[in-house]
Amino acid sequence: MANEAHAHAETLALREQFDTAEQQKDASTLGMWIFLVTEIMFFGGMFLAYTIYRSTFPAVFALASSSLNVYIGAANTVVLLCSSFTMVLAVRAAQLGQRRAIVIFLILTLILGGIFLGVKAYEWNEKFQEHHIPGPSFHLEGTNEQGHAQLFFSLYFAMTGLHALHMVIGAGLLIFFIFKARQGIYNADYNTPVDLAGLYWHFVDIIWIFLFPLLYLIDRHLGK
Amino acid sequence: MITAAVQEREHYLNASYGIKSWLLTKDHKRIGLLYLATITLFFFLGGAFATLIRIELLTPQGDLVSSETYNKLFTMHGVAMVFFFLIPSIPATLGNFFLPMMIGARDLAFPRINLLSWYLLVVGGLFSLFAMLAGGVDTGWTFYTPYSTTYSNTWVIATAVGIFIAGFSSILTGLNFIVTVHRMRAPGMTWFRMPLFVWSNYATAVIQVLGTPVLAVTLLLVFCERVFHIGIFDPALGGDPVLFQHLFWFYSHPAVYIMVLPAMGVISELVSVYSRKAVFGYGFVAFSSVAIAVLGFLVWGHHLFVSTQSVYAGMVFSFLSYFVAIPSAIKVFNWTATLYKGSISYATPMLYAFGFIGLFTIGGLTGLFVASLGIDVHVTDTYFVIAHFHYIMVGGTIMAYLGGLHYWWPKMTGRMYPEGWAKLSALIIFLGFNLTFFPQFILGYMGMPRRYAAYPPEFQVLHVLSTAGASVLAVGYLMPMIYFIWSLRYGKMAGANPWGATGLEWKTDSPPPLHNFDETPVVTQDAYDYSQVMGEVIEVG
Repeated sequence: MANEAHAHAETLALREQFDTAEQQKDASTLGMWIFLVTEIMFFGGMFLAYTIYRSTFPAVFALASSSLNVYIGAANTVVLLCSSFTMVLAVRAAQLGQRRAIVIFLILTLILGGIFLGVKAYEWNEKFQEHHIPGPSFHLEGTNEQGHAQLFFSLYFAMTGLHALHMVIGAGLLIFFIFKARQGIYNADYNTPVDLAGLYWHFVDIIWIFLFPLLYLIDRHLGK
Repeated sequence: MITAAVQEREHYLNASYGIKSWLLTKDHKRIGLLYLATITLFFFLGGAFATLIRIELLTPQGDLVSSETYNKLFTMHGVAMVFFFLIPSIPATLGNFFLPMMIGARDLAFPRINLLSWYLLVVGGLFSLFAMLAGGVDTGWTFYTPYSTTYSNTWVIATAVGIFIAGFSSILTGLNFIVTVHRMRAPGMTWFRMPLFVWSNYATAVIQVLGTPVLAVTLLLVFCERVFHIGIFDPALGGDPVLFQHLFWFYSHPAVYIMVLPAMGVISELVSVYSRKAVFGYGFVAFSSVAIAVLGFLVWGHHLFVSTQSVYAGMVFSFLSYFVAIPSAIKVFNWTATLYKGSISYATPMLYAFGFIGLFTIGGLTGLFVASLGIDVHVTDTYFVIAHFHYIMVGGTIMAYLGGLHYWWPKMTGRMYPEGWAKLSALIIFLGFNLTFFPQFILGYMGMPRRYAAYPPEFQVLHVLSTAGASVLAVGYLMPMIYFIWSLRYGKMAGANPWGATGLEWKTDSPPPLHNFDETPVVTQDAYDYSQVMGEVIEVG
């Protein structure tokens, strides 16, 4: 029974444009890495804007940065790192053909990702209440440069917003793969999709690893 | 016996019928044709805007349309032509159709993503089309801030969203091509046996993949700035509008090479086939494509010579821009050398190739004018610049696109186009093009600025010449449209290889079978091995 399902999965999996499963796996993996390169360029525009404005207005950026809650941000970073860990475990489970374990670890990853997004929403809500949203009612205590402070928060919302959007897309992918994994499609011979979903998830994680210090820790870098 | 086989043989066009078999197809050949139909529509739409622009400019007064309308016309001409015609033109149609065939593959690596990319272009196109019909957009195709983010009261958001979506179409096509070239080559098809069309599309794909996301994020920021009033580029908050220009041109200069590199690939094929010789200096031509792709990313600052960009940065960008001339000239010299002692036949595609080489050379050399700091200050935002880039994009890309379309038409449809009409239209297009755009060099040098509906009376003669040329050009462009459609039914049947060409795409039937080849080809020779047929001239009928 198991063997039959196994053979069935493999024939289902090889698409007609490929000659071998290996060629298909290579092509898919290369495609995913190229996609991640495009993502780097995509985020790159925002990182460039950040670099320029932070070096132009260092003092007010440090001040604005200090209004963010570092402890919540740090805790959320840990949550996200844990989700990457459970994602790795899911990929490993797929490679070993442990079908139940794949589903469990994907669900855990989804839950941790959900916690991250929940905390992020809480932080944004806080910003709303503190009048840190760029616009006419913006106000940041302790500086005359309200415009420059708004630049910081413009970047904060644009960058964390784009990151959160990627998390939401990642969560959608996870749900899709949980359903697929429950059907028992992935096994020791055919697990590339899980592997690629993992690559995407780690990429989004790495973006956050850069965002956290750049947005939350500016004034600490200045030694205050 | 053979004719009977041709009649009944199953190929990609008759393998299935019905609208669903096209809209849900994963066949790269059919998707190429879907692209062909889509971009033809946008070509004629953009052409309609150009027609209105040229009619307005017949007289010095702004009398046909108001200045506001004129602003919208040149914006929508640019948007339709750049993002929905030129960018997808050669890669998404001819590339989609022939890149897999030329390397002996059954399809691209990701057929479903290929179909998705067509849908993205259509959806993006619909957004932009909606913006055009709802009232238009007037920022210029460059969307410079703060006008686009703060002041313009036109449909900036819908247009930007359209271009954003179409950008992902371009990214996915590029991604698909890169993976296909790396992983799908037939046995024996080494990198240096690949036709130069494949090399140039590969180089293009690299630009699409690295450049387009930067445009996407830039438009996303413009969108956020208009909708949510965040202020990345807003000078009122201390933001820098020139940052927008840097980000925009970081994509949009390399985008010029997205448009012209595939065209150069087509020319390499044509020059070789119609002179019965291997392309001179194959390796140099192949690597010059890669060099253009790389250098193309280092020159965007030459669009900012008159902005607040520092003079020293300007000098570096000027110097690097001159560098692009080297790989470009390598190609032109190598094509010319290929002709030397070749058995040249003057079939329609070859006429287009000759047109390309001459016009691209003029466009490229005037590119050196605008790449030098002093002259650029004089001609910035004048018709000199307009003429320069139309020589590259229309004289270059569209010439090659039409040349390629004629060359591969028998393979795509199984029918020949009418040679006499085609030659006539190639001639009309060449004359019309030069009459339209050459006067614009003089106009620009004399100081005629771009983007104005009215101008001083002393410029009128040159403007009338240009408008007359545009009318001739329009006739030239309508002719292929008509006889290509005519040929679908009445054209002479084409054999598998009417040109006696060497590429793998000619080793299979016309039109090709569903999976391109009856059995996977094994490649044992370099591309363009015409040693057997050297000295023989193709009969053009």
